[in-house]
Formats: sequence, C-alpha cells, structure tokens
Amino acid sequence: MATTDTDEPTRRDFLYVATGAFAAIGVAGAVWPLIDQMNPDASTLALSSIETDISDVEVGQSVTVKWRGKPVFIRHRTAKEIAEAEAVDVSTLRDPQTDEERVIKKEWLIQIGICTHLGCVPKGQKVGDDKGDYNGWFCPCHGSHYDSAGRIRKGPAPLNLILPEYTFLTDEKIKIG
Amino acid sequence: MSGESIYQPSNGFTKWMDDRLPIMRLGYDSFIVYPTPRNLNYWWTFGAILTFALAVQIVTGIVLAMHYTPHANMAFDSVEHIMRDVNYGWLIRYVHANGASMFFLAVYIHMFRSLYYGSYKAPREVLWILGVLIYLLMMASAFMGYVLPWGQMSFWGATVITNLFGAIPLIGDPLREWLWGGFAIDNPTLNRFFSLHYLVPFLIVGVVALHIWALHVTGQNNPTGIEVKDDQDTVRFTPYATIKDVFGLSLFLLLFGYFVFFNPNALGHADNYIEANPMVTPVHIVPEWYLLPFYAILRAITFDIGPIDSKLGGVIAMFASIAILFVLPWLDTSKVRSARFRPLFRQFFWIFVAVCLGLGYLGGQPAEGGYVIAAQILTAYYFAHFLIILPVLGLVEKTKPLPESIAQSVLSGGGGSSEAAASPETRG
Amino acid sequence: MTTQMNETESRPCIFTRACSVVPFLGAVAIIVLGTMFLTMGGAKAAVSAKELKERDWSFEAPFGTFDRSALRRGYKVYSEVCAACHAMDLMRFRNLAQPGGPEFTEDEVKTIAADYTIEDGPDDYGDMFERPRIPADAFPAPFANENAARASNGGALPPDLSVIIKARAGEENYIYSLLTGYEDAPDGFDVPPGMSYNAYFYGRLLAMANPLSDEIVDYEDGTPMTVDQYAKDVTTFLTWASEPTREARHRLGFQVMIFLTVFAGLMYFTMRKVWADAH
Repeated sequence: MATTDTDEPTRRDFLYVATGAFAAIGVAGAVWPLIDQMNPDASTLALSSIETDISDVEVGQSVTVKWRGKPVFIRHRTAKEIAEAEAVDVSTLRDPQTDEERVIKKEWLIQIGICTHLGCVPKGQKVGDDKGDYNGWFCPCHGSHYDSAGRIRKGPAPLNLILPEYTFLTDEKIKIG
Repeated sequence: MSGESIYQPSNGFTKWMDDRLPIMRLGYDSFIVYPTPRNLNYWWTFGAILTFALAVQIVTGIVLAMHYTPHANMAFDSVEHIMRDVNYGWLIRYVHANGASMFFLAVYIHMFRSLYYGSYKAPREVLWILGVLIYLLMMASAFMGYVLPWGQMSFWGATVITNLFGAIPLIGDPLREWLWGGFAIDNPTLNRFFSLHYLVPFLIVGVVALHIWALHVTGQNNPTGIEVKDDQDTVRFTPYATIKDVFGLSLFLLLFGYFVFFNPNALGHADNYIEANPMVTPVHIVPEWYLLPFYAILRAITFDIGPIDSKLGGVIAMFASIAILFVLPWLDTSKVRSARFRPLFRQFFWIFVAVCLGLGYLGGQPAEGGYVIAAQILTAYYFAHFLIILPVLGLVEKTKPLPESIAQSVLSGGGGSSEAAASPETRG
Repeated sequence: MTTQMNETESRPCIFTRACSVVPFLGAVAIIVLGTMFLTMGGAKAAVSAKELKERDWSFEAPFGTFDRSALRRGYKVYSEVCAACHAMDLMRFRNLAQPGGPEFTEDEVKTIAADYTIEDGPDDYGDMFERPRIPADAFPAPFANENAARASNGGALPPDLSVIIKARAGEENYIYSLLTGYEDAPDGFDVPPGMSYNAYFYGRLLAMANPLSDEIVDYEDGTPMTVDQYAKDVTTFLTWASEPTREARHRLGFQVMIFLTVFAGLMYFTMRKVWADAH
C-alpha cells in the first residue's frame, strides 16, 4: 500500500517539511507572548518619562528626583564649578568627555545618580555631604570620586556618571526620558 | 507491553548516558516504539490533548502568578491590571481561564470514552482509579483558581463550597474556620487558596506520571475491547499515534481558540467581574459549568434521611457521586469491555450521558419547583446506573461475538472507528 | 469524504480512519454546543425582566472594531454625565490614547488629564499638595469612598463602570437598554420617592434617575444629540473600557484561527501519508 506514495517522494517530503515548518512557527508564535509578558508593562512604560519643575532650584543647590526607579541628580551649578569642569584636560581622564558633551545648558548638570562601579548612590547632593576630592560626588562604597561635571577622577568606577535622556520643555521645566 | 527494550544507543554520548541514567531508553521505549493498538479512534487522542491542556495551564499559571497579587484588597484590580497593562496579559489570562473549561471538556470526553469502551475493567482498574484521582485534583484546583480573581462569584462560590464542610457533624464548624483562617472567607482564605492552587497542578503532574506508567504496563484498551495479541495488532507510537494526536490537538485548538479570541467570557459568569463584597450575595449563584452536575446532586437532597439532615445528605450524595467512580471497575460485571459488542449497555450508556447533561442543566437552574424534582429523579438514576444497571446488565446481557483479533477486526472493515458517533455509513 | 472512501476500497483502513474524523467532529460539536446551551441557559435567565433591545454594534462581530468617533463622543458623555456619580477606577488617561480605543493624540490626552487635579505628596515639607493629572493618572473618582458615595445617593452605591459591560449579563445590550429604558411605571406599580421605574432593571426599581435627556451633552461633529445616540455612544465607550484590548484580541484571533486551520489541514494530509505505511 505504501507503493502508491513512493513514486512521488518530492511531494511527500514537501508535505512533511511544510508541516514541520508550520509547527515550528506555531510554537514560536505561542512562546513569544510568554516571553514578552516579562517586559515592562504599559503602566510602567507610562511613567518612563517624567516632567520636573526646576524653577525652585537655586544656584549651588541640587535636587534628586526618582525616574524609572533610580535617583536622578539635578544640579544647578555655580560659575566656579563650571569653570573647574571646563578647565580639566580631557586627555587625562579615564572616560574622556568634555564638559559641553555632558550638559545641554551649562548651569544644569543632570545625571543618573548611580555609581558606575557597582551601583551605589554617591554622596554630594546634600549640603554637608562629602563631595570627594574634586568637588563633585563621592561614592562611599568603594571610594570613587567624581568631579563637578560628574566625571570619574579617582577610584574604581570605570565610567562617568550616566546621563539620562532629557529635554528642556521650558527654561523651568525639564522632561527626563 | 514491557517487553525487552530494543533501544540501541547510537553514539558515544548516548551510550555513556545509557549506562548511567537510561532516560533516553525510557523515552524511546515509552514514546517511540511503544506499541499502540492500530485501531484506536479519535476518542483516544484526548489523552494527549489532556497532557497538553495541563501543560498550558501550568505555563500560563506560572506567568499569571508573576503579575497577580493574592490580597483581598488588590486581587481584583491585579487581574484587571493583567488584562489591561501586561504585554499579552489579556491573552494569557483568557487562555488560562478558558483553558480550565477546555481541560474539563477534554477530561469528560476522556472519561466517557473510557466508560463506553470499558477501559476501566481488569487489568486497568488502577489506571482508572488514578484517572479519577486526577479528576478530583482538577476539581480542587479549578475551584481554588476560580476564587483568585476575587469577584462576587469567586467569593460566594467559595462560601457555599466551604460551608459544605460545615455539614459534617461535630467537627463541621471548627473545620470550616480552619479552612477559612477566620470567621468567613477573607484574605487568609485567598492566600491559602493561591498557595494551594499553585501546588495542586504539580500533584496532578505526579499522578499523571503514574497514570501513564500504569497505562504502559497494561497497554491501551481499544475500540474492540479485546487484548492485543501480536505485532499485527499494533503500530509504533511514533509516528502513528503521535501524529494522530497532534492532528486531534489541532482541531481541539480551533475550539479553544474560538473561546479565547471570540467568546472569552461565555463560559464564565458576569458577576465575577464585580469585586467580591461580603455584604451582598448575587441573585443567582452557580458554579462553573463543569461542576454543575454535582451542584445539582447536592441540591437534590432536600429531605432528611433518618438522622442525616438534608444539608449533610446533599454533601454526602455529592461526594458519593464521585466516590462511586472509584469502585466502578467492580460494579460492572460484564466480561466484555467495549460497548460495540454490548447492545443493551450501549443504550444505557447514552441514557447515562443524557442524565449527566440533564444534571448539568438543572445545576444551572434555580433550586425550586419542578427543577428540584427533576434533579432528584436524575440523581436517583445516576446512582442506579452504577449500583443497579451495570451489575445486572453484566449478568443478563447477551453480547455480540468478539472478533478474533484487532488486526482481523480492522481488515474485515468492521473496524471503522466511528462507533461512538454511531455513524454506520462511514464504516467503509 | 464519502466519495473518496468509495474510490479507494483497496485501502479501507486508512480511509475509514481518516473519514472517522467527520462523525467525531460532529459528536464533539454536539457535546460542546449541548453543554454550552444547557449551562448558559441558567446563567442568562436572570438578566432582566424584559427582553433586551439589541443593536448592530460595530465591535460585536468576530472581526469587529470600534467606531473611533463614537468612542470619543462616548467619553464625553461619560465625563460630563456619568462621571458625576460613577467612578472608573481602572481607567488611566493614557488609555484614551492607546491603539484600539478612542485614540486621542498624546497632546489631547495631556490636556484632558490636566483638567483634573490629584493629591500628591508629601512634598519636601511633608505636606500634601494638588497637582494637575498626567496621562499616567487614573480617572478621578467622584466620591472619596463608598460611604461618601452612598451618603450622596440616598444610600445607593453607584457602581464603578470600569468593567461594567463584562459585569452584566446581557453586556452592551443591557446597558443600552437600561439607559433608554426609563418610562412611567404602569398603573398600580408603586414607585417610592428617590426611585425610578425601568423595566430592564432587576426588580424594575432603581435609585439612578434617568441620566440622559436630549441635548444634555454638546456634540460638535453634527451627530444627533438624542438620548438614543448618547446611550449608543456611551455604551460603545464602556464596552471598550471594559476590555481595551478587544480589537487586538479580534485581530490576533483571526490570525490564529487561519493558522490553525491551515495547520490542521497539513496535519491531516501528513497523517494520511504516515498511516499509509502502517501495513
């Protein structure tokens, strides 16, 4: 009885391959929702960008806002801090970046407040905090020193403090994310 | 069926493995060359469909547990959060909710197939008993799962069912409070139901493994109900049975898909989209459709039986209606398995199916007037089927002659596998 | 199927097996439909005292979609009429912009949300403060809690409308019928003060006074400003809100069913080929 089929092996093979391919597509299609469900959901994504009013932050003050579950350091820099940051010879830095590359407006330095070493939150936001050797931020966990542009100057951290995406909606309002 | 293994390790690794943990030998013997009767019809694909349904429930359940919050104040909203915000959450939840119904639909077909073809008879009694055990665990799991969305039907269904335990003399009240973890269904109850709802499916997996083990010891029954005699009667499990199972499964998925995508709430109840409120009972409490026959039996006992009041009587009747399945292999006295050769039994089988559907219908109706009387009649028949009809039929029925062998029945053309659907024109 | 079978008598076994799928499917269909009919008859019985009005809803068919402008008008009716008493706790303003809904633009949604305030805080001084709502915020609730809601509504609690369509047997037809079903009570039917007669409501007496009247909400797109139109639009909106993913479900369902049909067909022929060797 099998003989009826053996004279058309190509058709038969094609059928098997097609069926197998379809089954594979079906399995892949069924697995995707199970994977995608672990991605951030709509309620989380809805908060993936925040708007913050910075009109209250005086020169020389810092605020910390929470964005995507992490602290974001917003610093209204003094002229002295800006001058210090600009004076640095970029070629001496571990993660070379000029001050201009790290800001949109000179007086506002906005960065994610997480040490690039092992994820602690550096000191330096509050008056009286240890600002490290370079008048910026200091991570007490393993002793990383950041300067007034948030660049790594001393200690184990490999990179400068990470900059979030942000835009100035107005002079007094920024949108992070 | 546990003959000599013919597995040959094909390379160094499999040989090495085979000397240490012969798991590939087990798989090969059980799912590749395992001999299945060649005349199995589509009703036999439901074993594979059920395995698939269990896997779907477990996978989707684990996923839902990642987003669900088992707290009386948050459960309802967290389910809607899954429906609205989680990526594909609506799909996963609808698959899980309708998957329960599909699971029961498949298990009922599987069980009635067994009843029709006498698959529960010697030497398959243990196989059958394990199956009934799975069914019981499924009911427990489904019931607790239905409580989790914390809707009105969840809450009041749980209230009614747990109150059944209050009917037990002496220990009823303390037992109930123990189940609740309080003086009514509340947050502690929800938490323990969540925990157990997560546990029970894995118990089911364990019993399913035993069920399949027992199956592979006795071998499958088949539409003729006669035992396999030689190689002529069987085909290899793979590809013959597996491919047929997958085809059956793909048809089943079409039905499943219809409910999930186009009528996802048809098998549920609107009241369960109202958050649980201990102060207000819904007008009409009904369990999910798959438990309705038992609900009808529970409510059919409206009279006291001697010292047993009607409440306890109902509970006893309901549990007895399931417990009786455990002893079924010894209640059926007929030597012939398949209804194909038992003309009288076949008629009683279909009457029994109708009675079960009738009980299901009555379980969904208000417990009043004619409905109660009808439920009482059908309940009596339900028990009579097992306690009177089956034992007596085996003694008085004149059965048709059995074929020599499965192979012979197949080749003679009488092996059309459409027996259950009673369509003689397709018997080629 | 039957003709095929007759032509191939030489292979009875294969073809009986193949053809047996037809009665098998028939039997399964009978069982499924029978079960559904039997079980749902009971559930649907207690919907309302009067047979519901039915309309041709665009979203009802298997591939149905929502009418965007009806959804937008429906939101307007909800926010200007229903929202005075009924909360929609599960709804976020961002939902109004998501695909498959009214699909307002992001900016429109920001404007809509900013019309409402929400208490936030505490601020740096430990005080709570009011701020405009943003798209991620929930629709505002008219009452602080259940007791306040009852106190303002003569003891009755206006139900949350987030999933109201799923929560009522009869679904959209029930809500539509109810909203258009207010009428004078028949002679001899006693309507206590504070209650209204509505034949579609269970018990026929409900605490909600007729919420709609002609021209109560301004439509700017020229759509007739009638009770019937309002009811239709707000029902459409509530149906979407009960399941904002409904269109995605229909779309994916269509794809899945096509896939499964083709797959089942392929499996059927593959099975026949494989079984042809079984002799």
